[in-house]
Amino acid sequence: MSHKHFIAAGFLGLFSAASQAQDLTVTLTNLTQGIHFTPVIAASHDMNAAIFHVAETASAELTALAEGGSIADMSILLSNAGADVIENPASGLLAAAQMTSFNLTNSSGNDYLSVAAMMLPTNDGFVGLDSWKIPSEAGTYTVYLNAYDAGTEANNELVLTGSGAPGTLGIPAAPGGDAGSNGTGVSDAQSNTNIHIHRGVLGDTDASAGASDLDSRVHRWLNPVAKLTVVVQ
Amino acid sequence: MLKYTKLAIVVFGAISLVACDDNNESSALTSEADSALEYQVTVSNLTNAQPFSPLTVLLHDTGDVWNIGDSASDALESLAESGDNSTLMSSSFVLGAETNGAVLPYGQSATVTISTETESNYLSLVTMLVNTNDAFSGLNKVDISQLAVNQSLQYSPGAYDAGTEGNSEAAGTIPGPADGGEGFNASRDDLNIVTMHSGIISSDDGLVGSVLNFEHKFDNPVMAVTITRIK
Repeated sequence: MSHKHFIAAGFLGLFSAASQAQDLTVTLTNLTQGIHFTPVIAASHDMNAAIFHVAETASAELTALAEGGSIADMSILLSNAGADVIENPASGLLAAAQMTSFNLTNSSGNDYLSVAAMMLPTNDGFVGLDSWKIPSEAGTYTVYLNAYDAGTEANNELVLTGSGAPGTLGIPAAPGGDAGSNGTGVSDAQSNTNIHIHRGVLGDTDASAGASDLDSRVHRWLNPVAKLTVVVQ
Repeated sequence: MLKYTKLAIVVFGAISLVACDDNNESSALTSEADSALEYQVTVSNLTNAQPFSPLTVLLHDTGDVWNIGDSASDALESLAESGDNSTLMSSSFVLGAETNGAVLPYGQSATVTISTETESNYLSLVTMLVNTNDAFSGLNKVDISQLAVNQSLQYSPGAYDAGTEGNSEAAGTIPGPADGGEGFNASRDDLNIVTMHSGIISSDDGLVGSVLNFEHKFDNPVMAVTITRIK
């Protein structure tokens, strides 16, 4: 089934030089139990633009998104690349098990869909979709999204006010109000400095001490962490 | 004439695959050097701190590298416990085998190119996550028979447990840089069936005696794979 899908995508990619604008209705669902998504950014773009690629270094724009939830610079990057950009469809945080929907009309040639949002509370974890080929055929399509680590900040798992600024170590906030404090820090070094699948958080069960400020019973997840439903009109 | 045929394959893509399948009838065609089929397999290691053992790419018409619920072959056991792919690459069902011959560090990508004179139905890929007892990842039996030149298949495989060595995470049992311990051991002291891997625990998460730490944890998928037929 998926094999045939890829064959079809490859075949069309070879022969359809210019695509037409399409109307898309996109719904993003947070599938986690205890993680918030910061303001979501979504864009349709050509194959030369992207929010991120795995196994590559994060851009400054992605670093700002993944460490602090700021999508302003990423929005500029995408707009300058000719992308159709949707900012913050949930009007703020997207809590666990919540969904947000938006309409997106992609310009001719913007055949790829990308999505990203920071995951809180993490140091530099984000949910992402990189350059999903928008089907030319009308229908409803479902894509599951994974959690990535931007590789730009050590996962010390300490909730520290003001640490959302790129380069400032720490988790800027735990929106659920369920994190601890006074942890000693899980890790102060980043092994893998390229974008990779997030290994998950360690956490602990001590709210006022221990290595981590995160609660290992609450702030955990397994992939996939989000579901994206795309209706192509 | 031959060049004209190749051009037609490129232009008509999937449609001319049918004609391609009949190539084995013509010894004149298959003996030409440029009638070979060639595939590129690009792998990105998406783990935080699990180097991959040298990538192993196999072409075959029969056989499986693994099946969930079945016992691992001795060749897979060897690869999954030590990273040594030599037995698997010389297995009787294998029609062609290639390796990049080097460890693939986390966060990095590598490409293996494999060519064949006669068409194979399946391509498989295997590698060990070396900071584990016997975890591996890859693709079993991807059908490449319908793949036209310049077409690609993309996959995001997870981690599997060979089930041939208990996941003790203990000193001396893990061949990767986290330990530098033993690789292959012929005794089978685990379930003796292949399953999906349930992840490592590590000393940071309370497994006493584990040489692994929080850095070595992983979630699926552990790799991104693109298979492209280039000839």
